[in-house]
Amino acid sequence: MDIGLQQSISDVSQGRQSQTLTGKRNHTRRIEAVAESIFTLCAFFAVFAVGAITLYMIANGVPAVYRLGFREIFFSSVWKPAAEDPSFGILYVILASVVGTVLAVFLGVPVALLTAVFLAEAAPRPLAAVVRPAIELLAGIPSVVYGLLGMMILNPLMYRLELWLFHDASTHRFTGGANLLSAVLVLAVMILPTVISVSETALRAVPDQLRASSMALGASRIQTIFHVVLPAARPGIVTAVVLGVGRAVGEAMAVNLVSGGAVNMPLPFSSVRFLTTAIVGEMGYAEGLHRQVLFTIGLVLFGFIMLVNIFLHRLLREEEG
Amino acid sequence: MKAGSPDRFMEKETTLRKGEKSMFRKIKDAVAFTLIYLAAFYAVLLLSGIIFYVFAKGVPVLGLPFFTTVTSVVKGTVGIAGNLVNTVYIVALTLVVAVPAGVGAAVWLNEYAAPGRWERLIEFATETLAGIPSIVFGLFGMVFFGTTLGLGYSILTGALTLSLMILPLITRNTQEALRAVPESYRSGAIGMGATKWHMIRTILLPSAMPGITTGILLAVGRIVGESAALLFTAGSGYFLPDSGSGFFHKIMEPGGTLTVQMYLSMASADYDAAFGIAAVLLGIVLTFNLLLKMLARNKLF
Repeated sequence: MDIGLQQSISDVSQGRQSQTLTGKRNHTRRIEAVAESIFTLCAFFAVFAVGAITLYMIANGVPAVYRLGFREIFFSSVWKPAAEDPSFGILYVILASVVGTVLAVFLGVPVALLTAVFLAEAAPRPLAAVVRPAIELLAGIPSVVYGLLGMMILNPLMYRLELWLFHDASTHRFTGGANLLSAVLVLAVMILPTVISVSETALRAVPDQLRASSMALGASRIQTIFHVVLPAARPGIVTAVVLGVGRAVGEAMAVNLVSGGAVNMPLPFSSVRFLTTAIVGEMGYAEGLHRQVLFTIGLVLFGFIMLVNIFLHRLLREEEG
Repeated sequence: MKAGSPDRFMEKETTLRKGEKSMFRKIKDAVAFTLIYLAAFYAVLLLSGIIFYVFAKGVPVLGLPFFTTVTSVVKGTVGIAGNLVNTVYIVALTLVVAVPAGVGAAVWLNEYAAPGRWERLIEFATETLAGIPSIVFGLFGMVFFGTTLGLGYSILTGALTLSLMILPLITRNTQEALRAVPESYRSGAIGMGATKWHMIRTILLPSAMPGITTGILLAVGRIVGESAALLFTAGSGYFLPDSGSGFFHKIMEPGGTLTVQMYLSMASADYDAAFGIAAVLLGIVLTFNLLLKMLARNKLF
C-alpha cells in the first residue's frame, strides 16, 4: 500500500507536471494572442472614432441641405431660424470664420515667429528659461478664461475705439466692443503657443553648419536668421501656421463671448457669428430643421478641419522625406 | 537681401560707401533684434498680465464657503462644490477609458505593427483626432453617446466624448516614451525567454511610465480646461450628489465641470463667480505645469 500510494503520487505528480507543461504552454500562447488582439483593438480605436465621427457628422449635417437646397443654405446670407418664414442662410457665418481665421493668423504668426526666433536663436539661456515656460503656460490656459478676459478687458477698450471712430457716423450699429476685431485679437493670442513651439522645433532642426557657413561669408546674425535659418526651416514653419489655422477655425468658447454673436458681414467693427459660435449659441434650444441646420454648420466646420488635417498630413510626410 | 538685378546692385554700391552700408546694416540688425525681444517680452507680459488680473479679481471671491457649498438662491450661497465633484468624476472616468486605449494603441504601433498601410492609417487617424475641434467632439458625443447609445445628458456621455479627444495625447506621449526605451532591453528580455507580453508588462511599460504620466498630466489639464465638448454632452448640473445614491446613479446624471460653470456664469453676467472659478482653474493649470516640470527633471519617480 505504501508503495502503491507512492506510485500513485509520483504518477499523479508526473502526470500533472507534464499536463501543466503543455497546459502552461497553451496558456501562455493564449495569453500572448489575447494581448496582441487587445493591443490591435486599442490601436484601431482611433480609426473607429474618426470613422464614426465622419459618418455621424455627414448623416446629421446633410438632411438640412437636402430639405432646404444647397443654395438656400450656402448662398443666402439671411439667418432667421425663428421667423414665421424661416431662412437659414449661413453664408455670412462661413465668411466670418474664414475672415476671422485669416486675420488672426496674419496678426499672430509674425509675433509667434519672432518669439520662436528669440527662443531658438537669440535668447540668452536665463531669458529663454523664463519665456519658454511662460508660453507653455499660455497654452494651458482654458479658452473660457481667454473669453472672460476678452470680455472684461478687450471689449471695453474696443468700445472706446468704436466710439472714437464712429462718433459722427450715423449708420454704424454700435456693438459695445464685441465685434470681429475683438475676436480676431483673442484668436491671435490663442494660436501663439502652438505656432511658437512648432516653429521653434523647426528652427532648432536647422543644422548649425548652415549658420556657420552664412556667418563665415560675412553675414550678420540677423541676416543669417532671416535669410538662411528661416528659409531652411520653412516646411516646419508652414506646419506651424497650418496648426494655428486649425486652432483658430475650431475655437468656440473664447470667441463666443467677445464676438457679439449677430449674423453680419464680417467687417472689423460688426458683431459677427462664427461657425463654432453658431453651434454653441443655439444648440441648447434649437429644434427640428433649425437643429439640423446647426449640424450642417458643424459639418462645414468639420470639412474645413479635415482639409487642414489632410494638408498637414501631406506636409508632415514631406518633411519626413 | 533679394538677389536684385546686377545694375541695381552696382548702383547701390556706388551710392553707399562702405561705412554707410555697414551703418545701415547695423541699424537694420538692431531693429530686428528689438522686434525679436519685443515679441518674446509680449508673450511673457501677456501671461503675467492674465495671471495677475485673474488672481486679483478672483482670489477675493475665494473662501471656504466657495469650495464647500453649492450655489443656491434659497440659502444665499455661491459655491462650486458640485462642480468640483463633477470635474473629478469626469477626469477619472475619462482617464479610465482613454489611458488603457491610448497606451494599448501606442504599444501596438511601436511593438507589434509592421510598417505599412495599417500603421499609416492609425497614425493618420490619431493625427486627425488630435486636430478635430472640441465643439465637433461635442456634437458627435451628443448624438452618438447621448442619443444613439441612449446615455442622454450625463457625466458618462461627457467622459466618453472627452476620452476620444484626449486619446491622441496619451498615444503620442506613450509612443515617444516607448521609442526611448533602448532596443537592448527588448532583446535582453526576449533572450532570457520572456514572452512578448511579459516583456511589455515587466520591462517596457515600467520604463515608459514617466512618458505615460506626462500624457496623463497633459490630458488632465485638457479635460479640466474643456468646455465646448462638455456643454452639450455632460450638461450643466451643479448639485452635489445625494448621499448614498451611488456611483452609477451619479454618472448617469448631468453635471457641469468647473469650466462649464464658469462659462454659464459669464453668460449670465455673474462675473464674480466667473473670476473665482477662473482663479481656481489657473491654480490647477499652474499646479499641473509644475508637476510636469518636476516629472521632466525626474523628481517624481
